[in-house]
Amino acid sequence: MQLSREQLLRAYRQMETIREFEERLHVEITTGEIAGFTHLYSGQEAVAVGVCENLTDADYIISTHRGHGHCIAKGCDVKGMMKEIYGRGDGLCGGKGGSMHIADVSKGMLGANGIVGGGPPIALGAALASKIDGNGGVAVAFGGDGSSNQGVVFEAMNMAVVLQAPIIFLFENNGYSEHTGADYAVGSKDIAGRARGFGMPAERGDGDNFFEVYEMTREAVERARNGGGPTTLEFRTMRFFGHFEGDPQLYRGPNEVEEYRATKDCLMQFRNRVIEAKLLDAGDLDNVDAEVLQLIDEAVSEARAAPPPSPDALFENVYVNYEGGIR
Amino acid sequence: MAVKTFREALTEALHLEMERDPSVVVLGEDVSGGAGSKGQRDAAGGVFGVTSGLLPRFGEARVIDTPISEGAIVGAANGLALAGKRPVAEIMFADFMGLAMDQLMNQAAKFRYMFGGKARCPIVVRTTFGIGFNAAAQHSQSLYNLVTHVPGLKVVVPATPAEAKGLMLTAIRDDDPVVFFENKALYAVKGEVPEGEYTVPFGKARMVRQGDDVTVVAIGRMVMLAEEAAKRLEADGIGVELIDPRTLSPLDEESILDSVEKTGRLVVVDESHPRCSVARDIAGIVAEKAFSSLRAPVRCVTGQHTPIPFARELEALFGPTPDLIEAAVRDVVGYAV
Repeated sequence: MQLSREQLLRAYRQMETIREFEERLHVEITTGEIAGFTHLYSGQEAVAVGVCENLTDADYIISTHRGHGHCIAKGCDVKGMMKEIYGRGDGLCGGKGGSMHIADVSKGMLGANGIVGGGPPIALGAALASKIDGNGGVAVAFGGDGSSNQGVVFEAMNMAVVLQAPIIFLFENNGYSEHTGADYAVGSKDIAGRARGFGMPAERGDGDNFFEVYEMTREAVERARNGGGPTTLEFRTMRFFGHFEGDPQLYRGPNEVEEYRATKDCLMQFRNRVIEAKLLDAGDLDNVDAEVLQLIDEAVSEARAAPPPSPDALFENVYVNYEGGIR
Repeated sequence: MAVKTFREALTEALHLEMERDPSVVVLGEDVSGGAGSKGQRDAAGGVFGVTSGLLPRFGEARVIDTPISEGAIVGAANGLALAGKRPVAEIMFADFMGLAMDQLMNQAAKFRYMFGGKARCPIVVRTTFGIGFNAAAQHSQSLYNLVTHVPGLKVVVPATPAEAKGLMLTAIRDDDPVVFFENKALYAVKGEVPEGEYTVPFGKARMVRQGDDVTVVAIGRMVMLAEEAAKRLEADGIGVELIDPRTLSPLDEESILDSVEKTGRLVVVDESHPRCSVARDIAGIVAEKAFSSLRAPVRCVTGQHTPIPFARELEALFGPTPDLIEAAVRDVVGYAV
């Protein structure tokens, strides 16, 4: 399927926004201003954007601890996200979720999730809600190769087949479950193959190739929207940073990331392809780069200047209401 | 008022809410039963019959038979709720909550807080608990303590058919996640149940009987046992004020503290294990907030710090009995400083 110029520019902007957001966080974290655990998505942008460009606000996704990319791709406000990561009171979640729990339910983004494998059953429920309402909505459960080994993910996959839920189990195989090789931890070395055993279509693709991700997801989404039930997609890719910021990455081979960046970087591949095919010219893309850079600059400076949450926020929104109060 | 069993009262509540609100969805193992079988569809209506009659009336889209997958059942309920539904999920025995604990304690309980108040997760997780069936260590536990510990969850333990109906209606309408504990030894117990729309508020204890000498707080089926003890004690002129908290989270501390300020004595009755329990929590709250009113040490009559044994003779030794409650009350009433 041929994407329009507008669609291509939009996809590039989304991917570039994620890349700049993450590369900038990688630097800003060293200042000590950002608290907690941060897991960066750099390198995997083609997956988040290739998937979410097939979705609307009426579709749902759920993400992982490595969630910034999925949030941006699904339309979360970038400045609100940056403030959230800085723990600010006007962050997207009021500074109470942080990097691992960014969500915007109004955009169909059901949250990054700190529990590996926690998301798929929740996405299954959202998919069932769409099925009950018969509105053609779908849900995508993002997970890594690590989550593919969790029992509750298998439960969700089986139940999705049983109930013919409009869901896509989307595994980003970045080669490492934290510090352990995916080919060690996934016994069959084939996440999609294992999913096929549950009785659903399952395919593997190149997660660094936006166009492949987009096209494979398009087919799966179309099938789900038309009552064809669940699909599993496994995309091989690479994270450019550690499992978390501060990870010494002793598990990496020599120059592993550097070589990958030089040869397989999804943004580089996208840029080369659209320029060669004369779909966009370098100037268009450079303009996007400049605009994104400015957006991220503003997001960081606004986040740094924003005030922390008020002390009362500690007790707010534990419940919708709680007789007798929290204190 | 009609006389109904505890089970019938719950079934009525589910029918009423599914009829009233199309966003209510029921899911779990065998909630209808019979799916994919050679025999009749609607073959079970829940293993204890609480969800009976829902499938023929409301259809497969809203009455969902699931595989045996507790984690995915509660997880799917969470997703349904985030997407605007009001799911009532069934975990057949509270003991199986272990398989779904992540979805309860890390997901349902946390969405609203983590997302800065921009999400609601109105799920009800129904589950059964309690001793008395020789069901041994993995089908008898009263595990409400585990979830009462977790901020973000509400915990309900009804003691009578009327309470069961009223609390279930409130639970389904509530915008927060609720874990609803049904004592399986109460299902056949009968009582008067108000007709139609009847709700019981959360966080408001029920004054079962008034008395001046000792406050007894009893949870779930223990209310029945404590009533029996209270009747015997009354014959000896000992006045028991019996309180049923109805919800463990939120907990109506005020009613308990007011009563202890009047009686000066407290016995807490709970069939679950004693360590880190609601019983000890109530004892602690009273020690902290009503110390000067106490005229005797607080007593907890609870299950033991053991797994629940199978043999009839051993199971009978595990939990509270009217005799044990009576003895504890006599102890605190007779306590001399």
